[in-house]
Amino acid sequence: MQIDKDLVAASATPLVLAILAEGESYGYAILRRVRELSNGELDWTDGMLYPLLHRLHRLGYVTTEWRTPPEGRRRRYYAVTDGGRAALAEHRRQWETVTRALRGIWRGGDLLSFAFGRA
Amino acid sequence: MEQVELEIAEWRAFIGQDPALDGRDVEELETHLRDQIADLTTAGLAPDEAFLVAIKRMGRLDELSREFASEQSGRLWRQSVIADGGEQEQADSRWVEALVFAVAAAATIQIARLAAGFPTEQASWLTLNASLFVLPFLAGYFARRRGLQMRDSLLTAAPFLVSAVVINFYPFVAGGSTELLVAAHLPVALWFVVTYPYTSGVVRSHERRMDFVRFTGEWFIYYVLIALGGGVLLALTAFILEPTGVDAERVIDWVLPPAAAGSVIVAAWLVESKQRVVENMAPVLTMLFTPLFAVMLVAAIVVYVVTGLGDAFDRDLLGVFDALLVVVLGLVLYGISARNPSASPGWMDRIQLVAVASALVLDVMVLGAMVSRIGELGFTPNRTAALGLNVLLLMSLAGTAWLSARFLTGHSTFNRLERWQTSYLPVFGVWAAAVVVILPPLFGFI
Repeated sequence: MQIDKDLVAASATPLVLAILAEGESYGYAILRRVRELSNGELDWTDGMLYPLLHRLHRLGYVTTEWRTPPEGRRRRYYAVTDGGRAALAEHRRQWETVTRALRGIWRGGDLLSFAFGRA
Repeated sequence: MEQVELEIAEWRAFIGQDPALDGRDVEELETHLRDQIADLTTAGLAPDEAFLVAIKRMGRLDELSREFASEQSGRLWRQSVIADGGEQEQADSRWVEALVFAVAAAATIQIARLAAGFPTEQASWLTLNASLFVLPFLAGYFARRRGLQMRDSLLTAAPFLVSAVVINFYPFVAGGSTELLVAAHLPVALWFVVTYPYTSGVVRSHERRMDFVRFTGEWFIYYVLIALGGGVLLALTAFILEPTGVDAERVIDWVLPPAAAGSVIVAAWLVESKQRVVENMAPVLTMLFTPLFAVMLVAAIVVYVVTGLGDAFDRDLLGVFDALLVVVLGLVLYGISARNPSASPGWMDRIQLVAVASALVLDVMVLGAMVSRIGELGFTPNRTAALGLNVLLLMSLAGTAWLSARFLTGHSTFNRLERWQTSYLPVFGVWAAAVVVILPPLFGFI
């Protein structure tokens, strides 16, 4: 299944913020988590994550720090801020409203086809 | 593995050339690439295959670069540099377009001067209306360049028409102070009107407002450069004409005002089309002058505290301090607009805070003295205008100092500071408009 580009773009911010809300992380690991969460169906172009992280940083939603873990290479780590958490909560409210509306109409449709299918 | 290292180095050199990506971005993308290659080789791919797959997943560089460019401090022009490089033909027609508007502005001012009785006399309405002969052409130039719709063009024209009607119907006392105040504030108010066509009508966007701030600063630099060059040219002309007995002063009298008017448009065109040149100059100038101003202001505080505020404080001083605060605010705005918004607090931010804070301290001292003086002498149009501007500047800089202190201590983001500046900007435009429209009737047009 190919997910529509606009939908991928719209969900990118809440997804990244939610992943960072689980704990600080770095670019490559964030993308791995996105693939894992969507069973590989949300296919991002890897590079595009970084401009997004830039934007989140500029808006003050995340903080960044270059660090070298005991084993491994030097990486830029991102951590969510309180502002980021507030933005995430707002995103969440909006997405829940959208999915609720969609679920409502689709469940109704299913019931109808179910009823008519029986008849 | 050797081969892959080579390929990575080549790739890094390639993306390193991109103006939209800085060293940190390249480093971050490289670690990403290496992580990806390591994972793929663990999964069984040969290193060179892993490299190819990792590159492919990274995406196309031009798209990536566009994305970075649009993110970084609203530098949308880079996008256009990347997108339409090589469109020489279009650039040429833009050059002609700017020239047409520049010549039109120059011709208008000259015709107006002749109508006002030049060269024998000069009517006072000319000074009052001077900006109305020039800035509509600047607005028109941007309206055309941005391809504004009819509705937006009319909205741009409206303030010019309204102000033309208002200032020419006001019964100013000839040579009175309200007339001079209007002549000084109208260009400022109209400059804010140019924001509308400049931003294609999207004045609410903070990023676009910041673009306009950047434009204003760069325009100023270009205008000063043109003025310097023009000055040299005129001086040489005067020397060359001296032996022929032609009165050089009269030549200059004829040439200077139209040239100054046309240069307004030419400078704007230069900012638009040769942005890369001035772009490198702006941060250097800010870096040079912010510390110098900081030193000067701190020294001034020390002197004021040691010698005390003497009786030498006359009312002109308020005007001087208005100018000082405007310059400090200009430096701050310019520094902010040229700064990489995602960089962490640095020494320049600290110096800027020192400059702003000392300007504030100085101004509060002066303002205190002035307010008591006005209490004795009462309000005049000049004092009202100077005091109002001073208070507005004080508020703007106080907000700046507070937010930049919070940014430096890690309690706030740079974005907040930027937002504060761009949100506050319209206040100055409204103030200038109020001085033009409300102040004269308030004081009976004296």
